[in-house]
Amino acid sequence: MTVEWRGKPVWIIHRTKEMIDGLRKTDDQVADPKSDRKQSEFQPPEGLDPETRALKPEYMVVVGICTHLGCSPSDKFKTGAESGVAADWQGGFLCPCHGSTFDLAGRVFKSKPAPDNLPIPPHVYLSESKILIGENKKGA
Amino acid sequence: MKKTFLVLIFAPFLAFASGGELHLDKAPDRSGDDAALQRGAKLFVNYCLNCHSASYMRYNRLKDIGLTEQQIKDDLLYTAEKTGELMRISMQRDDAKVWFGAAPPDLTVIARSRASENGTGPDWLYTYLRGFYRDQNRPTGWNNIAFENVGMPHVLWELQGEQVAHFAEKADGHGNMVKHFEKFELVKPGKLKPEEFDDAVADLVAYLQYMGEPMAGTRKTLGMFVLAALAVLFVLAYSLKREFWKDIH
Amino acid sequence: MASNVEKHKSDGTLVGNTLEWVDARFPLMSLWRDHLSEYYAPKNFNFWYFFGSLALLVLVNQIVTGIFLTMHFKPDAALNAAGVPVAFASVEYIMRDVPLGWIIRYMHSTGASAFFIVVYLHMFRGLLYGSYRKPRELIWVFGLLIFLCLMGEAFFGYLLPWGQMSFWGAQVIVNLFSAIPLIGPDLSLFIRGDYVVSDATLNRFFSFHVIAIPLVLVGLVAAHIMALHEVGSNNPDGVEIKKYKNDKGIPLDGIPFHPYYTVKDIVGVVVFLMVFTIVLCFMPEFGGYFLEYNNFIPADPLKTPPHIAPVWYFTPYYSVLRAVTFPLFWIDAKFWGVVAMGAAVVILGALPWLDRSPAKSIRYRGPIFKTLLSIWVFGFVILGILGTKPPSYAFFGVIPGAPVAQIFSVYYFLFFITMPWWSKIDKCKPEPERVTG
Repeated sequence: MTVEWRGKPVWIIHRTKEMIDGLRKTDDQVADPKSDRKQSEFQPPEGLDPETRALKPEYMVVVGICTHLGCSPSDKFKTGAESGVAADWQGGFLCPCHGSTFDLAGRVFKSKPAPDNLPIPPHVYLSESKILIGENKKGA
Repeated sequence: MKKTFLVLIFAPFLAFASGGELHLDKAPDRSGDDAALQRGAKLFVNYCLNCHSASYMRYNRLKDIGLTEQQIKDDLLYTAEKTGELMRISMQRDDAKVWFGAAPPDLTVIARSRASENGTGPDWLYTYLRGFYRDQNRPTGWNNIAFENVGMPHVLWELQGEQVAHFAEKADGHGNMVKHFEKFELVKPGKLKPEEFDDAVADLVAYLQYMGEPMAGTRKTLGMFVLAALAVLFVLAYSLKREFWKDIH
Repeated sequence: MASNVEKHKSDGTLVGNTLEWVDARFPLMSLWRDHLSEYYAPKNFNFWYFFGSLALLVLVNQIVTGIFLTMHFKPDAALNAAGVPVAFASVEYIMRDVPLGWIIRYMHSTGASAFFIVVYLHMFRGLLYGSYRKPRELIWVFGLLIFLCLMGEAFFGYLLPWGQMSFWGAQVIVNLFSAIPLIGPDLSLFIRGDYVVSDATLNRFFSFHVIAIPLVLVGLVAAHIMALHEVGSNNPDGVEIKKYKNDKGIPLDGIPFHPYYTVKDIVGVVVFLMVFTIVLCFMPEFGGYFLEYNNFIPADPLKTPPHIAPVWYFTPYYSVLRAVTFPLFWIDAKFWGVVAMGAAVVILGALPWLDRSPAKSIRYRGPIFKTLLSIWVFGFVILGILGTKPPSYAFFGVIPGAPVAQIFSVYYFLFFITMPWWSKIDKCKPEPERVTG
């Protein structure tokens, strides 16, 4: 689902087991598998799992704005070839503007125009079913 | 500066429509056919104007297509009081978003926005409105051939009946099998025969096209007059130029 | 100037008296003489020489229709009661409820595209006949500045209808600035006035579109014409008509602009208006190129349309931008894309100093120039076509577009960079002494 934070879309996506397993296959195809490059605008929460880029692997929380020129990528969740993506596609996102592709952890694939992974907004789980976006700590 | 938003998790996926190559049926051209447009307007008000607004369109503009003020008042005015009002709806957008997953878009200029390389806006609408089929995987029970996983249910099902879609598996050249649409099968007839239904949808689409640009007819007529006037002016201007230039070598 | 000497003398009529009174206080008659009745233009202007006056006509059209649109347009991104952004709704209000509003709006939207068609042809004329060469370098430079203003004006104006293409186009272009190292992200934020394109952006773009840029534009147009009338017009032969004058100091091959070229330009204007009317009345969207289909959907900051492309007149430069896909000197590819796009426009300004050919006009220039220019024009058009397509596009489904765009982008620059060398060795024919008619 999509919510708005600072006017930008934030996606909250439920990942199935197969999707999470698929992330391992994309490890060597993405430009920055461990998200070593720093995010510019805001701090992601601490304790992110480096591979799934989430506090809880089954829920991905990410800003749905391409790090290239700010378009909002569209989802290509189906595996396999589709218009605009490669044949060994594991599911992910395709930016309609300049063809950057991201995997299901928002990691950008190699030699695409976008330089960085999709940013993770500051967020915290208030309870099992509630997320607060914009803060990294409860009650801040 | 930090804005925070509370978010409830309940939807598993983002639901976007994925576009692709699509064959569109050609919509019959009924622009300028007032009787068809009036039938279309009635269908629009009865079937569409509960969830969709047409908020740039005034009811009394329908005098363009041959209706009188009184006819508009008697036959079409359900949600408004005066004929000078805009075609608005009482449903709140926030409620609509919860009910359908996305607020139903305003339809005033829908025929203009739906044009693409695949065909004109009316072609798309004609294909879409006739392209609902039963799909048990969808929350509404309906899917659409022109707009995959659309949030809108089949509003005209009473008229059309229920159809199912048949797909064939086809190799896409990359070694994958891709679902390829073959044909519809009507499993439960509706109030209208298939030809009558197509005819009614054509009326509705003609109305939507008219509503997208009510001045389209005027613009073409005016264009002919302006061109005729410019043609005369051209002759005059050209003669004047020749007269002045005859001694320049 | 002569204006201080020969003041208008009344012939005794009321008109004459008024003219004398005004002319004693304002250089009316000398302006008329210097720029129209005694401005001597070469007598051999051809088809390509219509586009200067047409550009002026379109400028006036844009200003006049713009004034009326401003009376009814509301630069407001807030949602109205029906859930539609006010700005978007106000455009449809103009199209439906304002008397003749639809004509004014279509004149403005068609005029925007017409402006670029006319200006591109006007610039191409300059390339053909060497109109940028000494002593007309400044005319060319002013013209290039006008072109830059025009691009800015078009970009700011395109946001105003607040449709999907408006919104995402602005989003992409403003984000280009974030590619600049160090200050980039803050600069984008400063331009937008928000984290995303928003109401703040819409209002400042409106301000730039209706006042800031037009002011500069009109000033530059005046400078462009003043510089032209200082040195005199070039012509299809590329020879100076001022070399041979009669005993009154009038060029032998010159004719007064008024009445000769005023009556000739009227013919051009009428033909132009016919084409303009055909587009406006029968195909105002021009197949989605003048008014893009997706722009009939109100801006949605949460959803990018599946395929976005700039309006057609920006697409050649957009292709150049997209052609840069590799980082250089540890700076992102997108920064170099922006640099390349900017350079593609600015390099035109160096043209007067890059061209070393002995002949000005293509009529007397050699085969190298003719061949290279033809390829350049072809490449420019191909870049333009590719810019309207998604990056994965392939010609006829087989020739991938992306490498083609890269080849022609490189060629675009090579054409100019290597010009000092090849323009010198090109085999030119001798220029005639006088114009050939």
